[in-house]
Amino acid sequence: MDTLYTLDSVKKQYGERTVLHVPHLHIREGEVLGIVGPSGAGKSTLLRQLAFLEAPTEGLLQIHSDNHTYAAENIPIEVKRQLTMVFQRPVLMTRSVRKNVAYGLKLRGERDIQRQVEIVLERVSMGHLADAHPRTLSGGELQRASIARALVLQPRVLILDEPTANLDPYNVRLIEELLVDQNERFGTTIVIVTHNIFQARRLADRVGLVYEAKLIEIAPTEAFFESPQDERTRAFSSGNLIY
Amino acid sequence: MLRSLQVTVSALFLSTLLGIPVGTWLALSNFTGKRLFTAFIYTGMGLPPVVVGLFVYLMLSRSGPLGDLGWLFSFEAMVLAQTIIATPLIIGVTLSSVLSVDSALRPQLEALGATRFQSMLGLLYEARFGLIVGLVAGFGSIISEVGAVMLVGGNIDGRTRVLTTAVVLETRRGNFSLALALGLILLSISFITNATLVILQGRSGQHT
Repeated sequence: MDTLYTLDSVKKQYGERTVLHVPHLHIREGEVLGIVGPSGAGKSTLLRQLAFLEAPTEGLLQIHSDNHTYAAENIPIEVKRQLTMVFQRPVLMTRSVRKNVAYGLKLRGERDIQRQVEIVLERVSMGHLADAHPRTLSGGELQRASIARALVLQPRVLILDEPTANLDPYNVRLIEELLVDQNERFGTTIVIVTHNIFQARRLADRVGLVYEAKLIEIAPTEAFFESPQDERTRAFSSGNLIY
Repeated sequence: MLRSLQVTVSALFLSTLLGIPVGTWLALSNFTGKRLFTAFIYTGMGLPPVVVGLFVYLMLSRSGPLGDLGWLFSFEAMVLAQTIIATPLIIGVTLSSVLSVDSALRPQLEALGATRFQSMLGLLYEARFGLIVGLVAGFGSIISEVGAVMLVGGNIDGRTRVLTTAVVLETRRGNFSLALALGLILLSISFITNATLVILQGRSGQHT
């Protein structure tokens, strides 16, 4: 697998406070990377760096695309549009589901938008809700609409911040199946933050632990859970980490 | 009546052109003195029109800093005064409308590929109902204003006489029926304009 992201000594600080430190991380094209860790550890901050919504305070963050390497400070919009992010709390615009899903396609000047929107809404089992207003949707439907809005863009990288938090088992399963399907069929690289270690085990090729604003350990899923190198990883995966 | 509409539309256009960008910038930026600036804007929303009229009069009078423009007792002077009155109102309403939109929306739009400018447009679209309220408030304050336009316009027949100043004049002359008729025209214009805006607001709410 080719390297998609390179992070070296990346730090994000708000004032004097360091909220994220990634000593070293390579993300490979086409892999599913699970990020676990306690609340407030810096997982979402890491995702915002990867989505280029925020620039690191120091260190090297690069994305490799078409034999070019782009640093976080000067990402062209065309490269930025190869990745998209789904937030934990879905925020939809006050317009129909159909128009919400079409938004990113319109920004890209795509053609045949309606057909693409209909296909993706069927994929997330929301074809019958295409003309519904977001205020009439349940939490699970809102999150599925939010995921449809991301999937319709056929992103190279899909970044998800606890997409199934607070959802019922039916919606969790539906969303997990969508993510697996997206990765297997289209080779989409997926970076997913989750609190659920079982979900990380089910979905991820590799798992990383972010603890107290630092990426502690990253390893293939099996090794991460069965033979962790760091005692904090061992404690976290066995549910004994005190924080 | 035509002069009233000309003044109102021109001043509303200018204050919207100024008010929406400034209100949006104020809502989205962080700088030292932001609270003080916001307090000034809110104070401006309640500016006594006659004080604005006096200020513009002094600025435009022959010995004033803008006396060379020769705008005193002209259409331009009335538009200037009305713009100063309505702009803080539109800035203030834009500020609160933009702040009322979910702050998570903008990063979400940028994560979908919007540039910063496109995400700002998305934000303004979400704030559209509030912005229409701002326009309605601005329109109302301009068309109903009398003190400032009387001072800087001079109520000159055929040049700077507008409906409100005409009502004052006819009342002073004792032509109450004419004054009442002019007042009714003023109310009708205001009603038709506001009703149109409310209908537009409703339509944009339905066709989403």
